[in-house]
Amino acid sequence: MHELALTCAIVESAEDAASGRRVIRVTLEIGRLSGVMTEAIRFCFDEVARGTGVEGAVLDIREPDGRARCRGCGAEFATPDLYTACRCGGLDLERLQGLELTINSIELAEAA
Amino acid sequence: MCAICGCDGEAKPSVLDLQTGRRTAIELPAHEHVHADGTRHSHPPEHQHGHPHDHDHDHNLDHGHDHAHQHGTTVALEARILAKNDALAQQNRGWFLGREILALNLVSAPGAGKTTLLERTIRDLRDELPLYVLEGDQATANDGERIRAAGAAVVQINTGTGCHLDATMVARGLAELKPPPGSVVLIENIGNLVCPALFDLGERAKVAIFSVTEGEDKPLKYPHMFRAADLVIFNKIDLLPHLDFDLARAEANARAVNSEIALLRVSARTGEGLDSWYEWLRREWAAAREATFA
Repeated sequence: MHELALTCAIVESAEDAASGRRVIRVTLEIGRLSGVMTEAIRFCFDEVARGTGVEGAVLDIREPDGRARCRGCGAEFATPDLYTACRCGGLDLERLQGLELTINSIELAEAA
Repeated sequence: MCAICGCDGEAKPSVLDLQTGRRTAIELPAHEHVHADGTRHSHPPEHQHGHPHDHDHDHNLDHGHDHAHQHGTTVALEARILAKNDALAQQNRGWFLGREILALNLVSAPGAGKTTLLERTIRDLRDELPLYVLEGDQATANDGERIRAAGAAVVQINTGTGCHLDATMVARGLAELKPPPGSVVLIENIGNLVCPALFDLGERAKVAIFSVTEGEDKPLKYPHMFRAADLVIFNKIDLLPHLDFDLARAEANARAVNSEIALLRVSARTGEGLDSWYEWLRREWAAAREATFA
């Protein structure tokens, strides 16, 4: 259920950045290893946005796949989860991609 | 941060001071802005501004919020979704740092023994360390009462139906608890291995309590929590002879998601292994007291 709290934060940030104008699109990046279900965000979004300047906005979610670099051997590889080791056996990994939890941009309606 | 996550009208978040019996709702007054162009909008209580923000200026698209760069009608934000919680958590962290307070965020699945471990720790160390507790639960003050009976000052935070503590709730709890400089604040999070992993509270370290009655693969099933934790305490090891639990495998799984993680084995019931936990606590306490001007 942390997706509800995250959705509140998304709507709040969008509304703050819009400075009173109507938001028609919100673009997010939610990595596949971030531990956040995009379906749940979508499920909460319309309800949370209701009555705010974000009501009715389109939700665009990019979902980057997991990627990591091994600090041992330097190999870069796809990570379907957070516990797959490098082929050399290394577990000390730099996570390059897949943990994103970002609100990238909002699109505003033209001023009336 | 949205402090009323998942909450209905019956179960509002609140803090209860168990020393005075006073219960305070975690709410902020709604506030309303009127912009120069006549637009009027109000923020519900949970919609807090995390940055100082002047509302008396003309709103046009070029005005300088340092977090927004606007191109046409698209406003690029590139901000972490949890930026506000993170900012509030940093405020809490600074508050702890300036007071040389060691703050720990204790997380686990329900029933892993967080409260029992705290009770035992308080009974064993209360003459040595100034221990203060923020006790998080969806409802009831049962755990808060247990902590108080063990001999520590405690404030119970009830989240209503919320599944995790956030930095705002902790700030409210601290305002009530008022831990003195040099103390140790133990924050017992909601029993949940998923949601609390994402919410920084401003703690120095996260301590995950893992009961050996759980499956060895919990770190793989709930990797975010074990990735975020600094220390795992395997609890209830007195039960190992009665279980098929492979402790070495569970430890390897914890290391697979977090190669840096520290591991301890204890029984809060029999006291076995608790010295290693107390030693860790003393070391962190000393480090927190030296961290201020480091």
